[in-house]
Amino acid sequence: MMQLRTKFFAAAAFALFLLFVVPMVIEISGRWDFYYTLTSVALLSIASAGVWLTFYIGRINIGQGAFALFGGYASAILVVKYGVSFWVTIPLAGLFCVLVALVIGFPILRLRGVYFAMVTLVMTEVARLTALALPITNGAKGISSIPLPGSISLFGVILVPDFSTLENVKLGFYYVAVVLMLLTFAGMYRLVNSRVGHLCRSLQQNEELASSIGVNIANLRLIAFSISSFLGGIAGAIFVPMLGTLVNYFGWDLLFSAGEYQLLIYSTLLIGLMLTLPNGLLSIFSKAKN
Amino acid sequence: MEQIIVNGLYMGAQYALIALGLTLIFSLMNVLNFAHGQLYVIGGFMTYTVSVKLGMPYIVALISAGVSLAIIGAILEKFLFRPVIKKSVREESTMLLAAGVAFFLDAAILLLFGEKQRGIPKIVDGVFNWDFIIIMPYDRILIGCLAVLIVILFIAYMQYSKAGRAMRALAQDKVAAQLMGVNIDRYSMIGFALAAMLAGVVGGLLVSITGVNLGMGGPTSIKAFMMVMIGGAGVIPGAIAGGFILGMMESVGLTVLSDFGDITYLVIFASLMVFLALRPQGLMGKPWG
Repeated sequence: MMQLRTKFFAAAAFALFLLFVVPMVIEISGRWDFYYTLTSVALLSIASAGVWLTFYIGRINIGQGAFALFGGYASAILVVKYGVSFWVTIPLAGLFCVLVALVIGFPILRLRGVYFAMVTLVMTEVARLTALALPITNGAKGISSIPLPGSISLFGVILVPDFSTLENVKLGFYYVAVVLMLLTFAGMYRLVNSRVGHLCRSLQQNEELASSIGVNIANLRLIAFSISSFLGGIAGAIFVPMLGTLVNYFGWDLLFSAGEYQLLIYSTLLIGLMLTLPNGLLSIFSKAKN
Repeated sequence: MEQIIVNGLYMGAQYALIALGLTLIFSLMNVLNFAHGQLYVIGGFMTYTVSVKLGMPYIVALISAGVSLAIIGAILEKFLFRPVIKKSVREESTMLLAAGVAFFLDAAILLLFGEKQRGIPKIVDGVFNWDFIIIMPYDRILIGCLAVLIVILFIAYMQYSKAGRAMRALAQDKVAAQLMGVNIDRYSMIGFALAAMLAGVVGGLLVSITGVNLGMGGPTSIKAFMMVMIGGAGVIPGAIAGGFILGMMESVGLTVLSDFGDITYLVIFASLMVFLALRPQGLMGKPWG
């Protein structure tokens, strides 16, 4: 029990740090542009939580960019063409991605190893082509002039103010992204430690064995993939009003919007990281344990 | 109809060459080389630089592209992939490394060769015209024949040379090959260099027709992955078959579906998914790679 309590306190401290200390530091230093970076990081970590879940069932998923793209377009089209409130479109975008994941996932989740990885990569490219080809997405021109999110009120109490009245919109998006990220990771923690989480782990180790003792592996794979896509979709949906215009910006080059040297530095870092720590950053801890 | 078939064969020969390299790397080292398209782009730019900037004949440019790409491939294997494969415990880490290499090469291409679309003048003039049934510029015919010739040379090399035998043995069973005295490190490096060279040569061949630009790397890798999936990962005849099938599908699709805009790839992908649902290991692959 003690361990659980320390974990809880650590998580709470992290949340407080993100919600209060970081804005304070930025306020003092005056680097407002830093919010944009941090918001992107938070949104990307929501999307990668989904990727992590597919890794957890033993599938290498590199098609999350496709779902971010679907989610972004779903939200943008609902907001611009049908005038739905932005806040409502976040879960709707997620659900749309779940629907796509169910249709696509049913055949492709039978693949394993590199075959699954390759098919998800191809999916990213196809998502981009689809977005360019369909008339509703406005093709290469993209959807522009996306309004800022409005207010949410419950019983007359305004919970979230209208973003256009905020003096600092970046701070608003930062809060939205961070809160959602914390919710996502809390949900992930709960999921992994639930019965479904244990079953997922059995899938990662040996699918045949798991199915032989009565685990419905086909269902479980679809569930995990849908959750993953849902997270990708909502991350994509929030990106949209923050950028204002939705052109084909996602996919492989999600992160690399500016500067030729940025890409060079980033890729060098990635290669260096893989050379020194091929098992990921967190493998430092397991090394220390050994 | 005849025109579509000829176009498909021509594209298929190019595609088969790209897929061959990718599948070779995969079968030897279990690495998905995401940087394959970038190697192809470098080959194109090398050919452009040597033949246009330095004024050398085309064949010299093509050979120099192949040689320089082979060197790049050997360096990539020796200093990046080999240490990571030795240290890593999971398959994904080499994929991440390959993705990192792809980004790095993209940045390097941008710095070295710039962002402009580059092409070289036609190698041969004139158009082959058979009663308006088949119309094909002579340079395309030449490039297509060269590509087929290189595929045949590659198969012969893999089949009859000592290095080729060693690589096939490695692909079949790494431990058994090692016990028989095959030097894994050496032949992995040769294999990677050979694959990179193939990518570079295709880049050099195609630069004379379609030109080359910075953005071609990623889509080329994706096409190569599709071909490898159709044929089955790590199988050489599968890669050739996959290349020709994709070339044919593209050629037919671009003609039949031209009224609907750019949805050819969408259709190809949908049919690929149905195909993979029925046969997850591709045409000739081993199950689960």
